[in-house]
Amino acid sequence: MTAQAQTLTAKDFKSDIKPVWCPGCGDFSVLSAVTKALAELQLRPEKVAVVSGIGCSSRIPAYTNVYGFHGVHGRALATATGLKLARPDMTVVVTGGDGDGFSIGGNHFLHACRRNVDMTYIVMDNEVYGMTKGQASPTTDPDWCNSKLTPEGPGVTKLRPLNLALAAGANFVGRGFSGDPNEVARLIAEGIQHPGFSFIQVLSPCVTFRSEQRGWKDIVRKDTLKPRHTMAEAMQVLAEDDGFNTGILFAGDRPPFQPGQKAVTELAAIERRFAS
Amino acid sequence: MSKISNSSRVIVCDGNEAAALGVGLARPDVVAVYPITPQSSLVEYVSQMIADGRLQAELMNVEGEHSVMSALQGAALAGGRTYTATSGPGLAFMFEPYIRAPGLRLPMVASLVTRDLLTPQCVWGGQQDAMSVREAGWIQIYCETVQEVLDTIVMAYKIAEHHDVMLPVNVCHDGNYLSYGVSRVELPDQAEVDAFLGPRDVNWHVALDPARPMAVDPLTGGAGGGGPAMFVKYRKGLCNGMQNALRVISEVHAEWGERFGRFHAPLVEEYSLDGADYALVTIGSMTGAAKDAVDAAREAGEKVGLIKVKTFRPFPVEALSAAFAKVKAVGIVDRAVSFGWNSGPVYQESLGALYRTGRHIPAISFIGGLAGADITAEHFARIIETTAKAVTGAVPDGPVWVNENDQ
Repeated sequence: MTAQAQTLTAKDFKSDIKPVWCPGCGDFSVLSAVTKALAELQLRPEKVAVVSGIGCSSRIPAYTNVYGFHGVHGRALATATGLKLARPDMTVVVTGGDGDGFSIGGNHFLHACRRNVDMTYIVMDNEVYGMTKGQASPTTDPDWCNSKLTPEGPGVTKLRPLNLALAAGANFVGRGFSGDPNEVARLIAEGIQHPGFSFIQVLSPCVTFRSEQRGWKDIVRKDTLKPRHTMAEAMQVLAEDDGFNTGILFAGDRPPFQPGQKAVTELAAIERRFAS
Repeated sequence: MSKISNSSRVIVCDGNEAAALGVGLARPDVVAVYPITPQSSLVEYVSQMIADGRLQAELMNVEGEHSVMSALQGAALAGGRTYTATSGPGLAFMFEPYIRAPGLRLPMVASLVTRDLLTPQCVWGGQQDAMSVREAGWIQIYCETVQEVLDTIVMAYKIAEHHDVMLPVNVCHDGNYLSYGVSRVELPDQAEVDAFLGPRDVNWHVALDPARPMAVDPLTGGAGGGGPAMFVKYRKGLCNGMQNALRVISEVHAEWGERFGRFHAPLVEEYSLDGADYALVTIGSMTGAAKDAVDAAREAGEKVGLIKVKTFRPFPVEALSAAFAKVKAVGIVDRAVSFGWNSGPVYQESLGALYRTGRHIPAISFIGGLAGADITAEHFARIIETTAKAVTGAVPDGPVWVNENDQ
């Protein structure tokens, strides 16, 4: 069977497991955007792996029909790196939230950016730990006082994920909004196609613990980020950015990490064995 | 949310809130947290006390459990009284700094709201997390009731900070069953708790002292710089602290009983053991259902008793073998698995205590309550039946998986 033999739609990339997210969660449309992007690129499900860590958004692998792994909290990028090196022919997509990616996983985020392995990292950012019921995350504003854990606000400067990604060496950096799934699908498809490490922040409201984020739809600006090709230009854009501009910020030309060829040959032989 | 007042009174709360109230009464200086199910509400209660001004402590909301334990070691090295709580994967992530605390002889207190370990994916109770770190050098005390959680948290500070011990203490309470189980609790009076804990003392060998500045735990050469003898000295010191803890835990529980009127068995509780032919061995919250089943079986004429393990580290060899000496067979119930032994860890270690009795009595390993499964009084009734048969030598081959057929 070849890819041309059958045209796949977004539905073909969805599993029959019903997501357990809260009604109105932004992650529903990110899931749709992921499957839409995979269909648009006409990738074969058996040639795609979705890897996640822990958290609400990290449940995504089970909701897709491709290979998936629900890994260790914060370690999705490390796991995905290993997978990609073992199977460079696979398209690797990493999904997770701001808690998973920037708290426990913060260190891995930096090193994944600088290692520049060809994979796409989608962070559904709702500025809160949702699964543990509403604590401040690294992207929470310091004066957000609605958490029982930090009733006077976390009081700590919020992280700026795009700035970090850029500074650490990510080759493709973008931002989307779950309220515009078509745009998110476009960003994901572009990110997958762009060589090296692609980072996409998706503003994805948590309607349960951050109900005020429903208002994001009125302040998000569509496609105001246009691809810059040097870090200096992109940094300049970020200097003026309030976090609500969307689009592709940066598309660099740094060559991706090149895995050795040996593993590829050996695994190809194993695949032939399965096929025979 | 209940308030800490100046008079002892009765409240209703769950185990996580009880732990938080115990922490408040013990007045730690620094609390570091990272939320994880089923611990999250516990640290939120502590945080609320700090925000309300009822507890004068620094709260560090850090980026993960590895940072939690590292931050608290900094605080403890500087002489601060510390607290944190974690569960399952959080404990696993904490492991690197966690295993250094005993060797550093830091008298820290941390709750383990016990949770089964992945994989399969699971956010529910079980004791696999705590049992997996039983060789780390922390004292481990397992609670049966919500009241015991509160009382043991306070006692843990006195045990940890005793100069003959100087070791960190894990107060373990079962995720789900105790963390969210609500019951009546007597809240001790703050002044009485202050009197019980006594004046603060930071005269630790590692506490930073301006008269005696020192670098702690430097790597200065082979085996810690002093050769193998130096390393052995510290290992042996830790072991001695553990053994001293058996006495200190008993003394502290006795003093608690005298001051507050609640006598909790410090190491091992013997329940309905007089005239018993055989006994169940339990640990943690399962003990409540087990006691009900034992009572019912006793009424039906069965000569069954119960031995509850409260302190698992240091392992109460003498207390346990004294209890074992009274019966002809034991059914030992674990909420964790000792991989490679094909049995539970409490079972496996109990065999060591049985060896001390000089008697080779039948012992059965039961494993239940994994991943939040309930071990009901009905389950215990079947455990009692199986153990009764062991008195005459009918011992199942391999462990009995209590919830194996539960859907």
